[in-house]
Amino acid sequence: MEVIAVKELSKLYSSRHGSVHALQEISFKVSEGEFIAVVGPSGCGKSTLLKILAGILPPSNGEVRLRGTPITGPRRDIGVVFQSPVLFPWRSVLDNVLLPVDVQRLGRDGHLKVAMDLLNLVGLDGFERRYPWELSGGMQQRVAITRALIHDPAMLLMDEPFGALDAMTREQMNLELQRIWLERRKTVIFITHSIPEAVFLADRVLVMTPRPGCIMDDVQVKIPRPRALEAMNFPEFAPYVHSIRGRFNAKGMIDA
Amino acid sequence: MKRFWNVALTILLFCSSILAWELIVRAFEIPTFIFPAPSKVAMALWRGFASGLYQKHLYYTLLETVLGFLLGSALGFFLGTAVALNRYVEYFFYPYIVMFQSLPKVALAPLIVVWFGLGLKSQVINTALVAFFPLLVNTMVGLKSADEDRMNLMRSLAASENQIFWMLRLPNALPFVMAGLDVAMIFALIGAIVAEFVGARAGLGMLIQSMNFNMDVSGQFSVLLILSIVGLLLNRCILLIRRRVLFWDPSEKERLERERIAL
Repeated sequence: MEVIAVKELSKLYSSRHGSVHALQEISFKVSEGEFIAVVGPSGCGKSTLLKILAGILPPSNGEVRLRGTPITGPRRDIGVVFQSPVLFPWRSVLDNVLLPVDVQRLGRDGHLKVAMDLLNLVGLDGFERRYPWELSGGMQQRVAITRALIHDPAMLLMDEPFGALDAMTREQMNLELQRIWLERRKTVIFITHSIPEAVFLADRVLVMTPRPGCIMDDVQVKIPRPRALEAMNFPEFAPYVHSIRGRFNAKGMIDA
Repeated sequence: MKRFWNVALTILLFCSSILAWELIVRAFEIPTFIFPAPSKVAMALWRGFASGLYQKHLYYTLLETVLGFLLGSALGFFLGTAVALNRYVEYFFYPYIVMFQSLPKVALAPLIVVWFGLGLKSQVINTALVAFFPLLVNTMVGLKSADEDRMNLMRSLAASENQIFWMLRLPNALPFVMAGLDVAMIFALIGAIVAEFVGARAGLGMLIQSMNFNMDVSGQFSVLLILSIVGLLLNRCILLIRRRVLFWDPSEKERLERERIAL
């Protein structure tokens, strides 16, 4: 069963200097429990796509259906992880995780155990009383992931969540995310500009081109899971990266 | 050990400058009504407190300052919130507020005495007028400064405007509000003293003026000393509240760090 159906989605930004086609007639479907990576260079409309999926930006044309109902505004069954952790410094780790529960009035009592289990899952047990400034960048992003999962959303949207982390932490977080995903099997749409990261994490990679943003390729990644970091050195890994990179080069774009 | 030396040095510096002051005044035989020696100031201070005169006026000035501060900052906070949240309020009222602010409030003090008399009410109103603006501006800026990513997060959770205000904008504005309170407290003391200069039945400002008429310069010095200590203590009170409220603010931690070095 498909969770997401995107149909002929377009987004036009108008300004005094003319209009920019951020997205043009994008269509794709995502099945339940699938891990989708969207890869493309800066300015290809990836973040616009994510904002539309999250319901915080209206599309110009076309529609997105989540489990059959169109997304017309913010929804309670979507979890979003942004590029920066976006934690509230006046809330402790646990209170940050419970933010969606507070906003949606789901009842703290019922979710306390869920929060502790999730913190355990991301390796932050014992940190629930700490405050964001006491945590490293990677730990803060784990809190953000936990927060996105707390209300058991139908879909997890991730907008370059590890883009601000150093290379070592980033690889570690990729492994962690795979582990969490294997355990929870949430539907994930993961936006990135790193091709190896996309291939390593995803079941399917959507390749986007800029201006107008459209989907150029839809690549199935058939590498068995769980994938270890060494998988990046396996012979079956390189062709995926190579072919996706090839698509960008053929378009005359900067090597992404 | 280092801390001990710092404290010892501070005390030494203080004592030696008092001593130098005393010696210079005596050596050059400067008359007391021009510039009193510290011993004379200390005596005036002792006399004032022993007779109960200073306590009475100190209480009155403190009362004005605190009441005016509370009234002015509450008004400033609520009006600032209204301006920040409502475009129409901003459009129609903000120009007048700015005009009002560019007016020296001290110049209003005589009018306020005409309208409200020489009693406590008049001084509290004057103090509130002076303390009002720092809160207004800081609340406004603070409420408008919520980070775009955080706003997007709240929107993606389908938060209502009400929830965005209580869970994001207000806590986010607190560092600004506390900075406003810091300024407003000092302004309030100034406002109270000015109001007493213009016309009051009691208070340290009124006391300074009557001492001036009597050429009691040692007395004036002693009251000035009390005023500066009161100002310092009021500032400390705000600082304590600030530390409590803003325990999470990184700039607050930098401040603590700096103060620890200063001590």
